[in-house]
Amino acid sequence: MEGPESAMAVVAGLRTPENVTCVLPRGTMFARGLKRKCWDGDEDVEGAPAAPSYSLQRQSLLDMSLVKLQLCHTLVEPNLCRSVLIANTVRQIQEEMTQDGAWQLPAPPVAGRGPLDHLVSTEILCRAAWEQQGQRPAPDLPSELPGALGAPAPGSAQSCIWEADSSRGHRGSFPKSLDQIFETLESRAPSPVEGLFADAGGPYYDLDAVLTGMVGGKSGPGGGDGLQALAPAGAPPPSASCKRDLGELDHVVEILVET
Amino acid sequence: MEEDIDTRKINNSFLRDHSYATEADIISTVEFNHTGELLATGDKGGRVVIFQREQESKNQVHRRGEYNVYSTFQSHEPEFDYLKSLEIEEKINKIRWLPQQNAAYFLLSTNDKTVKLWKVSERDKRPEGYNLKDEEGRLRDPATITTLRVPVLRPMDLMVEATPRRVFANAHTYHINSISVNSDYETYMSADDLRINLWNFEITNQSFNIVDIKPANMEELTEVITAAEFHPHHCNTFVYSSSKGTIRLCDMRASALCDRHTKFFEEPEDPSNRSFFSEIISSISDVKFSHSGRYIMTRDYLTVKVWDLNMESRPIETYQVHDYLRSKLCSLYENDCIFDKFECVWNGSDSVIMTGSYNNFFRMFDRNTKRDVTLEASRENSKPRAILKPRKVCVGGKRRKDEISVDSLDFSKKILHTAWHPSENIIAVAATNNLYIFQDKVN
Repeated sequence: MEGPESAMAVVAGLRTPENVTCVLPRGTMFARGLKRKCWDGDEDVEGAPAAPSYSLQRQSLLDMSLVKLQLCHTLVEPNLCRSVLIANTVRQIQEEMTQDGAWQLPAPPVAGRGPLDHLVSTEILCRAAWEQQGQRPAPDLPSELPGALGAPAPGSAQSCIWEADSSRGHRGSFPKSLDQIFETLESRAPSPVEGLFADAGGPYYDLDAVLTGMVGGKSGPGGGDGLQALAPAGAPPPSASCKRDLGELDHVVEILVET
Repeated sequence: MEEDIDTRKINNSFLRDHSYATEADIISTVEFNHTGELLATGDKGGRVVIFQREQESKNQVHRRGEYNVYSTFQSHEPEFDYLKSLEIEEKINKIRWLPQQNAAYFLLSTNDKTVKLWKVSERDKRPEGYNLKDEEGRLRDPATITTLRVPVLRPMDLMVEATPRRVFANAHTYHINSISVNSDYETYMSADDLRINLWNFEITNQSFNIVDIKPANMEELTEVITAAEFHPHHCNTFVYSSSKGTIRLCDMRASALCDRHTKFFEEPEDPSNRSFFSEIISSISDVKFSHSGRYIMTRDYLTVKVWDLNMESRPIETYQVHDYLRSKLCSLYENDCIFDKFECVWNGSDSVIMTGSYNNFFRMFDRNTKRDVTLEASRENSKPRAILKPRKVCVGGKRRKDEISVDSLDFSKKILHTAWHPSENIIAVAATNNLYIFQDKVN
């Protein structure tokens, strides 16, 4: 059709377009959001296998979220807003799993029905979580396991996904006489999170930070000690925006193969 | 609208026909100045390019003023934080103009950590006839000088120079997402994920912290600041939005630290729409006061909402930008597109609002007639002076000719940044590394 003279006339001349109507009935949106491997909008796939169970979909979303939080080994500080949103999503899933009673201590690998990698990683990470509670972290795990903890790229000194309190960058030259006026200025007191990582070496802290971040303040049934069935996907999704650590992938594959 | 395309140079000139874009050329912010005479863009490489509108000549009345490059300068450089072993990107997050008070133009540009005040001024005369220097600037031997003369100003080719006048650094631990000039023209604010600071333009080594939402225990962090803006007329009032879809209006007269809001805007959640992605898509990516100061507009992932400052319980208008994505949220979460931060803008009379979408589409909503349109910013589909054709996305089965199906949308082509001339129907749309300027056709 011939366009009208100006965009304003276009706007005035159009009827409400039909294209923005959401075609999905509301009730299915919840399930739609959780398709395993994101089979969004595959309504027209005929003869496809039945959609995975809701709990598997939910687990898959949890996995994906945890991988997203881990894969922040870039040289640039990760986006805090994104990290917070992903963490909140993880928390929501955990809360729901807790209510469902799906939040259980990890079963021994033999008894499980789910993919082997889930169960294996679960055990590893839960062990790591225990060890994190007020203790020194990862290094005492057997050497073949570190991959599952998300070993970061070498050189990454990022110690916490939230952690951005810089130990530098504050105006040290503030005259005392202005302190009263500027009493609301950012204080330099180190956060408790900083203290947690003070002595640690680099490698395992990204995931550990995630764990402690989740764990803080939570006490649910079956999760009294903040235990979390964290099961990162066997391989990070190809669309991960952060750099992948191939060493980490190798380790994870190694674990899967060995078990 | 008629289209005048003004595109940025792609460094790989031999690949001109391909859509390769050097990452540094990706436009990250677009802003008209208060008269609309100048249009500034910032990019990922830390550069600012300012376009100036041609003066309308009496000879070519039918040709509206086009925008041409006026000045280009490197605003920010990449830095490395040695203590944290992290790079500080030079990407320009925001540019805001100051109202013009003399012949020079002033703007604020910011990256993640540092705000800079730039002065852009013209020079079209230069002094000639110095006594102690010759024409090339070399010093003359005083012994050879026999007469004195007064240097005179002679015309020269117009030169536009940009100089950094102030650098406001070291005040933000987190990434700056917004800057906003106050209506008193003496102060401005800068907002990062957890804090908002108030600055005086003249003072670079101090700033007031006016909002601080950092929890004592970072493990309890669940909400961040996503955008902030001063009221256009009341210099004591500002708003900031959060990742939980809320907007807080604060009055700086109430206390020095505005952690307690004066007003709190939040729409109750629709329980039938609830999913694990509800919070993420409710996160507000942009907040803008209307020119009148009576309304605020917010952009979240799927909608644009208009709020009346006098009603906190819910928005007065909600516009669906691309609701067909609601069924795709899981995929969009997987590829991180769900975290894209779209901006939104008002037109000069606050009657039309505009925001971007994917596939280089952008949308306009007329608040009065409730009509809306989808347009596309792309070279393939429009030639200079062509009239933009409205686009349609089809969701269901039958796709009509000229419609595009949801699954064919290109999610790498996103329009995050747009700007609207303060008084005329001229818009600037940034599509990755290209800038499109569209104007109303005269006649």
